[in-house]
Amino acid sequence: MRKLTPYLLLVPTFLIIILFIYFPAFNSFKLSFFQESFFGDKSIFVGLDNYIDLFTDSEYYKVLKTTFIYSLSSVGITIFLAFLIAQLLVKNLPGTRIFRTLMFSPYAVSPAISATLWSMMFTPTAGLLSYLFQVIFHIDVDWLTTVPYAMIALIAATVWKMLPFDLIFYIAALQNIPDSILESSLIDGANPWTRMWKIKFPLVTPITFYLFIMNFTTTMFSSFGIIDIMTRGGPLGSTTTMIYRLYLDGFAFQDNGLAAAESVVMFGVMSVITYLYFRFVEKGVHYQ
Amino acid sequence: MNRKNKVSFIISEIILILVTIIMFSPIFLAFMMSFMTPAEVFSFPPKIIPKSLYWQNYKEALGLVQLGRMIINSAIVAIFITIGKLITGILAGYAFANFNFKGKKVAFATLFITLFLPAETVMIVPLFLLMKSLGWVNTYYALIIPFTASATNTFLMRQHFRTIPMELSDAARIDGASPMQYLFKVLLPLSKAMIGGAALINFVYAWNMYLWPLVVTMDDKMKTAQIGVKMLIDAEAANNWGTIMAGTMIVLAPTLLVFFLIQNLFVKSLVSSGLKG
Repeated sequence: MRKLTPYLLLVPTFLIIILFIYFPAFNSFKLSFFQESFFGDKSIFVGLDNYIDLFTDSEYYKVLKTTFIYSLSSVGITIFLAFLIAQLLVKNLPGTRIFRTLMFSPYAVSPAISATLWSMMFTPTAGLLSYLFQVIFHIDVDWLTTVPYAMIALIAATVWKMLPFDLIFYIAALQNIPDSILESSLIDGANPWTRMWKIKFPLVTPITFYLFIMNFTTTMFSSFGIIDIMTRGGPLGSTTTMIYRLYLDGFAFQDNGLAAAESVVMFGVMSVITYLYFRFVEKGVHYQ
Repeated sequence: MNRKNKVSFIISEIILILVTIIMFSPIFLAFMMSFMTPAEVFSFPPKIIPKSLYWQNYKEALGLVQLGRMIINSAIVAIFITIGKLITGILAGYAFANFNFKGKKVAFATLFITLFLPAETVMIVPLFLLMKSLGWVNTYYALIIPFTASATNTFLMRQHFRTIPMELSDAARIDGASPMQYLFKVLLPLSKAMIGGAALINFVYAWNMYLWPLVVTMDDKMKTAQIGVKMLIDAEAANNWGTIMAGTMIVLAPTLLVFFLIQNLFVKSLVSSGLKG
């Protein structure tokens, strides 16, 4: 009985993930080789046609480019800002508790709500941000409906939403750096800027990598709500990312085969990321 | 404190205040705007503080789409996902933390991979077709059951159970306790804070889901509050941001309130779930 216990304990979890993650994942692969017949009454095996369609379509390259511009800028800006701000939050200055509580609050805000809040901030008629840009920088644009401003607005909302998550982890990581290391660098006369980038930053590499992966996943998948509400992939498709295109093909145009092929491409991207994660984080780069 | 330290102290404090204002202002402005009359919303330059509390926005938001019903849906979905994830997570986490068994490594890897493949997005088309063939489209089943187990939760529980000394388990076994008795009588009472934190993270995650509820519910009666916000924007043709922000505040309130009340628990659980060992 004791021997059987661990297996029984795993049954509920594995039942769910096999039925609702592995089985559909396998079906994604299968579906990607099929196409609905003209009348939609049966599926026809078409081999690699869906993939060929995808990669001979210049629109899809635009989607890939948009995804990487959006993801890499959002992730890069978030990590950079989080690392800088976390330095100040571990100093325990007066008011830190209030600063933390208010700064972390976007963590509890959903992507859909974040998008609504930022749409309001950027709206030309009533948005405070639009107003400030007019008054300070004399930029008078319709943020959500013009290229490239829609992308910039999207990145702003994404960074705002992701920043608290990264802050929480950087604060924990910075607090774990042994004082002795920082003290010896003080004696060596390193200035704060050098200390920050030459000593602290390398020491928190594992966290940075973890955050990079987690943020990248967020921008690849969870950002759907932000895009759907703020820009709907527009203007002129300039904010259509892979997940948004997948949604359009799968649910607006109901082309299951093509959408499945797009899922497989997204699997591919995530597999590379997962591989990198195992290679660098689990093996422990620079773990103290 | 010498002069140089004083300068750095003041600069740090100013930066922190500015960042806090920037981070919190979208929520604050939305809250303020939810009490503004249409005239105040569209005044130029924009107003920040409303003259009086204009409750009409909240009434309108609740009337424009079935927001009340959608909030109940969200609550049902979030509560059941949370309970489901806790049960599956505790059981599997216990298996990984306290037992050695054949195939443990394979099982662990199988689970780990799903960490990077969020079900509700990557395989959304086949998952939707599966729901269709089960007849679950437009039901709570589709909104709840696929999300009642997750790798994150299992790892969080495993991490926590591993911090509890094995001697306790040995002692319990000598006293004749079965593995399940040990789990319920010893491990769980020692893990209340961790389970609470996990419950919060799961609740917020489920309450905030967007893409899956969007595709799997067509009937307005089955939609969740997050989708309600989108419908509110679409329905409010004049883009009366006062009304939209009132709806937003209603949907945001549960998660934000919980977050403000027990932020420490959130932060602690989040960090211990993320830092693997």
